[in-house]
Amino acid sequence: MTVVHQRAAARPQIVASPPRAGGAAGPLPDRVLMKGNEAIAEAAVAAGCDAYFGYPITPQAELLEWMARRMPEEGRVFVQAESELAAINMALGASAAGARVLVSSSSPGISLMAEAMSYMAGSRLPVVLVNVMRGGPGLGSIGAAQGDYLQATKGHGHGDYKVPVLAPSSIAEAIDLVRDAFILAERYRTPVILLADGILGQAMEPVAPAFRRLDKSTPDWILDGAAGRAPRVLKSLHLQPEALEEHDLALQAVYEQIAANEQRWAAEQLDDAEVVLVAYGTAARVARTAVERARADGIRAGLFRPITLWPFPAHPLRDAAKGARAVLAVEMSAGQMVEDVRLAIEGAVPVFHHGRMGGMVPSPDGVVAAMRRALAAGEEAGR
Amino acid sequence: MTATEHVTEQEGRTIYRRPLLLSKPTTYCPGCGHGIVHRLLAEVLEELGLGAKTILVGSVGCSVFAYDFLALDSVESPHGRAAAVATGVKRYRPDKVVLTYQGDGDLAAIGTAEIVHAAARGERFTVIFVNNGIYGMTGGQMAPTTLAGQRTTSSPRGRDVETTGYPLPVTEMLSLLPGVQYAARASVGDPVLVGKAKQSIKRAFEIQLEGKGFSIVEVLSTCPVGWGLTPSESMERLRDTVMTAYPVGTFVDRPRGIAPKLPQPGSPTRSITEGF
Ligand SMILES: Cc1ncc(C[n+]2csc(CCOP(=O)(O)OP(=O)(O)O)c2C)c(N)n1
Ligand code: SF4
Ligand SMILES: [Mg+2]
Repeated sequence: MTVVHQRAAARPQIVASPPRAGGAAGPLPDRVLMKGNEAIAEAAVAAGCDAYFGYPITPQAELLEWMARRMPEEGRVFVQAESELAAINMALGASAAGARVLVSSSSPGISLMAEAMSYMAGSRLPVVLVNVMRGGPGLGSIGAAQGDYLQATKGHGHGDYKVPVLAPSSIAEAIDLVRDAFILAERYRTPVILLADGILGQAMEPVAPAFRRLDKSTPDWILDGAAGRAPRVLKSLHLQPEALEEHDLALQAVYEQIAANEQRWAAEQLDDAEVVLVAYGTAARVARTAVERARADGIRAGLFRPITLWPFPAHPLRDAAKGARAVLAVEMSAGQMVEDVRLAIEGAVPVFHHGRMGGMVPSPDGVVAAMRRALAAGEEAGR
Repeated sequence: MTATEHVTEQEGRTIYRRPLLLSKPTTYCPGCGHGIVHRLLAEVLEELGLGAKTILVGSVGCSVFAYDFLALDSVESPHGRAAAVATGVKRYRPDKVVLTYQGDGDLAAIGTAEIVHAAARGERFTVIFVNNGIYGMTGGQMAPTTLAGQRTTSSPRGRDVETTGYPLPVTEMLSLLPGVQYAARASVGDPVLVGKAKQSIKRAFEIQLEGKGFSIVEVLSTCPVGWGLTPSESMERLRDTVMTAYPVGTFVDRPRGIAPKLPQPGSPTRSITEGF
């Protein structure tokens, strides 16, 4: 049984769909096969994305290509920038002018976007940024990886700021989270990261072609020429330390609000779990299969799947792990999310990590073996 | 009683008033050209009646506080990225007037890619490029625009072209791009030149209003502090030395038929410098 915990979102009408047989007038199929990158792109179009800026990089390129076709069709802004630096700064400008903006890239490109992310956070400019993660460091590989967890949740640009990070683990969920990401970005005037990976981006899955619209209001901070009002300035520079600290405190207050209101996670078979797997994104799908196999072998396993990586659902995880003998973080990294897991568990239950890197994906059997080791070591530690 | 006051009292004519868009006195160093360029910009936007539909894209340099002096809706950019930021603003709001205000470190060093590609795409905004040949804000280091032999805090023995390369003539380079509708270099070296600079800035905005493409005005300016000169010595150096290395003039005004001759596809032998 899966329980998804999240703020109840209104479900407005279906307004857009990917290509149908028989053209636009043809019947709406129940399910269509869509690539993750394309589904994310179309979800953004349906959610009223006004402007998209990007730069080609594998395994994200189809997202840019989809937008290159769809945005002009809708009479909206599409620019293939000369670099990710330029793309995110175009996003900064469009956002300042009041546009609902999407940018996308993969790991190396996100590193280039880090500077402007910091400026946008400091200037309180909303944007949704999709990272279809690949293997690193450096040019790494084009295989799916989760090595950018720390970058997304604690890193990217300089200074005291955080951004919400949403991690879908299926294409259908990605479609929903794109729209939710715009909601969060605008509600809190902040950049939001949608953290996917090469498998989610490249895989094709049947999805209900129901992409939801998102209404838009004109906020009172956008730039449109100071007609009949005082000029507005969108900036992150506050040269006086007192003034900057005040600004920083205001940002922190927003982050506290986000942390209090926006944590999301999914709990699967946790009620009687002796071993709690913690995994997000593609790794969570492997973990889910591993839970089934473990249960078939008599191991009472369950899966805790964070959907918001920041704010990390720490208390819910701690509660979920209360009766367990071991907690096992499964990641496509050397062990990044596991740091948050340890902080959440606070030593109450032994925490272990199982990961693959470089574009390699953990196998369900590998995860089951890691569970057995974790349970044995947890026993040991408990003695 | 001075002559000016006499005229004012007798005929009630306005001899000078601060442009409304220049909302506050600037805080630049004495003899700095930034203040002059701000005033010209304010005058031009006011004369064209554009104040309430203009969005200023700032940059990082001594002019980072331009939004404090110019009464315009403004957005800050990371160092060098103003042309990308302006692309985003103008693409979303083509009905607004958009300008970047950038120094030479900002535009000609860290922001070279952004300015070249914005120009290549023919983005329909206006660039005010204030070239004082130095990184003013960070304490007078060498910029790509610094003249050969010029002493700066990071070229203490004078710029050595063998190791640091040659001054970068950005406006000439951009002039080769078909997306550039207007490109001119002006100077604040004396009152006549200031008047011409104003005309160039005005023309650049007119071009933007026509919606055809990219417009840039490079304004050669002074940095007495960074140059280690008095304000009047700086003006002399600007006229005698800087303007020799960087000739002023209009390089491109496509609507008026001024454009460098470019090699046409199929005739690769023609020189690209022919038009200069
Ligand atoms: C990424 C980054 N690198 C360096 C700086 C430091 N910095 C601030 S202004 C500036 C140079 C400004 O020179 P210029 O654009 O010529 O403007 P001026 O002050 O001369 O008008 C530099 C290097 C910065 N703010 N950001
Ligand atoms: S340091 Fe130079 S550029 Fe900066 S305000 Fe002073 S004179 Fe002007
Ligand atoms: Mg300078």
